[in-house]
Amino acid sequence: MRLTDLQSATQVEAERIMTICNACRYCEGHCAVFPAMEKRLAFGQADVEYLANLCHNCGSCYHHCQYADPHEFQVNVPQTFSDLRQQTYATYAFPRFMGKAFENNGMWATIITVLSFFSLFWFFGGSSFAGAAFYDIIPHSLMANTFGAVGAVALLALVAGIVRYWRALCLPSPLKLHWGHIITGIKQGVTLKYLDGGSGDGCTYPNEAPSHARRIFHQLTFFGFMLCFGATSVGTVYHYGFDWIAPYAFLTVPKILGISGGIGLIIGPIGLLWLKYTADDGPKATANKGMDAAFLILLLMTSITGLVLMLAKGSILLGPILIIHLSFVLALFITLPYGKFVHGFYRLVALIKYAFENEESSNN
Amino acid sequence: MVGGGHAGLTAAICAAELGASVCILEGSPRTHRAGNSRHTRNLRPMHEGPTFVLQDTYTEDEYFDDLMRVTDGITNEHLARMTIRESADSVQWLYDHGVRFQPPLGGTLHLGRTNAFFLGGGKAVMNALYREAERLGIEIHYDAEVIDLEFEVDTFKNATVKYEPENKVISAATLVAASGGFESNTDWLKEAWGAVAENFLIRGTPYNMGGMIKLLHKNAAQQIGDPKQCHAVAIDGRAPKFDGGIVTRVDCVSLGIVVNDQAHRFYDEGEDFWPKRYAIWGRLVAAQNNQVGHVIIDQKSKGAFMPPVFPPIVADTIGELAQKIGIDEEQLIETIEDFNQSVVPGNFDHTELDGCHTDGLKIAKTNWARTIDQPPYSAYSLKPGITFTYLGVGVTDKAQVLMEDGAKYKNVFAAGEIMAGNVLGKGYLAGIGMTIGGVFGRKAGKEAAKNALN
Repeated sequence: MRLTDLQSATQVEAERIMTICNACRYCEGHCAVFPAMEKRLAFGQADVEYLANLCHNCGSCYHHCQYADPHEFQVNVPQTFSDLRQQTYATYAFPRFMGKAFENNGMWATIITVLSFFSLFWFFGGSSFAGAAFYDIIPHSLMANTFGAVGAVALLALVAGIVRYWRALCLPSPLKLHWGHIITGIKQGVTLKYLDGGSGDGCTYPNEAPSHARRIFHQLTFFGFMLCFGATSVGTVYHYGFDWIAPYAFLTVPKILGISGGIGLIIGPIGLLWLKYTADDGPKATANKGMDAAFLILLLMTSITGLVLMLAKGSILLGPILIIHLSFVLALFITLPYGKFVHGFYRLVALIKYAFENEESSNN
Repeated sequence: MVGGGHAGLTAAICAAELGASVCILEGSPRTHRAGNSRHTRNLRPMHEGPTFVLQDTYTEDEYFDDLMRVTDGITNEHLARMTIRESADSVQWLYDHGVRFQPPLGGTLHLGRTNAFFLGGGKAVMNALYREAERLGIEIHYDAEVIDLEFEVDTFKNATVKYEPENKVISAATLVAASGGFESNTDWLKEAWGAVAENFLIRGTPYNMGGMIKLLHKNAAQQIGDPKQCHAVAIDGRAPKFDGGIVTRVDCVSLGIVVNDQAHRFYDEGEDFWPKRYAIWGRLVAAQNNQVGHVIIDQKSKGAFMPPVFPPIVADTIGELAQKIGIDEEQLIETIEDFNQSVVPGNFDHTELDGCHTDGLKIAKTNWARTIDQPPYSAYSLKPGITFTYLGVGVTDKAQVLMEDGAKYKNVFAAGEIMAGNVLGKGYLAGIGMTIGGVFGRKAGKEAAKNALN
């Protein structure tokens, strides 16, 4: 089947399921999806693409569904929405042809990683390889320029995709939007409010019993990532602003941020991968060709090699380890706009729309 | 414990907490466990003052009056009042055992004071109770249908469970019957209703075959309830034979008119708020030719009710609509013209008894009467949907099962649908099924444990 056929098939399935859910509504207390659904009587493409990204895949509505398999209605909201989310990423990807990267995402991420690896080794694996300090191996300006450029392109592609999705949801321009909606959306996103199951007991993931495991591991991953991002940012300011050149001592801001972030970024992805491996198959996506795993593994390898790199200071292994680390970072950068990373932004847009829509309906 | 629904699990958990060793025999496979409980969404507890899930106050007397009204007084006042009083503890008990509640469900009018809604619905409740049962070390067997019971006069001895290759006999100190009604048993329904029962849809589990009711009656248990009495709703005729649950309801009866296969109206569609009337329409439709009714609305009513799961049949003229639903064209046009001419203009308001009525019709519509004249017209065809039956066994206020002669079995208790007929002789009050199951489940569990441990 071609991607567009699959897309329409999943949309039709989402429409079918939402029609059943809208007549039932037992799950409305679990998350934002169902109250948003209740505002609608029909479910067109924009509606299901919005609801699918509002869904956090917590599984509660599947495990509590009287119409789930083996019932003939075969209602499976999390699975259908997972498939649809992935198709949404592909639909709105920029440039459009890069949407194909989502079709077989695990393979695409692997190829990019291997290519980064070989190109970096080929490029830097020369005489300076035995150097004992970072910038003997790779001059700072070259590293910063390469990664800065790749990062900028990735960011551009990411933003372009998000803007396209934003428009498809018929949200007003961010400038015309009330700040309160954006803040509400960010708050609900960052606190992972909709992984609390609606009761605060947690969601039914990895199995039917409520648990906070996913929320905790996801937070470790997210804040780990943010701390590492913070470490890099502070390092950049040190370098260019103050001429303080890395490596930094243990009790400096970049080190503290980087180490704590790195640890979060090891425990978090391992936890999420483990949960994914043990989770019930019922609500899992059918078409997720390694997208989640690819992203988690890239994050995990980036943080592991980053920490190892720190420990390898002064050793002859520094060179190869640095190249390996940078290969993962490069692959992570390149795949950012075409992998699982985008889910946070699509979800954020959906949450902002939810806040916007709630205010609109309370004004009416 | 025979039966793994809300009543059975409640009893099992209470008994295990008192130290009894408990085994649950659930007749269905694990995927269908918990009978009709997995289709439920709320219970009705009395309460003095607001609680964390209920508004205001719902006193014993008001509750009892509501019950008297729906049952026309066919209830056991002593058991009914006891149920109502004990229902005050139901929400807390469930909460303590992992069940969570939410504010009243969207689209349900006027229930925030009387009904406590389960977060995630009945299946979420039952998943929580099963987890609790497993935590307490209760033995749970699925696909374990009881096909025989052995008694020595007034004492239960053992139960035979259907099992391949060879049936198993399980003896126990005490028996708790919480195995539901007999609504899934079409042959039995036909004994009570005649051939028309073929056209009934069953809204819940296909596993309530009533085997335990038969076995208990055979072993001299007191029969309670009329086999024809049940909770019967008019639901979409396209619903599956079993397990259609909540989504098959059609909530626009009070907004339009309902005609039978001869295109005649047969009952006042605007008698009262729909949540108070939906449970009489099953019987009304069951009394029509082919057990079918057709609700007809026009464009004015679109979107003013809970969206049904199946799309309506739509036409631009009444004649075309009649053709599409297969009833007499001229008669339907005449019925609707008569109805439209008799509508007295008024201020339509669906949120209150607005008094918009018809004048001069043999069967009046007393509220929300508006002309049906704005195309396109929509029709939903209705069939009777049985939720559960009331025939069962007589019990004491300690859930102990009574014998025909009024004596008590020494070690047999009952809870849930199988004894709901003691309280609910006819009619229905939203959420009272789960209330009876919870109160008698707790009684049966505690008494059974005491009985077994003595």
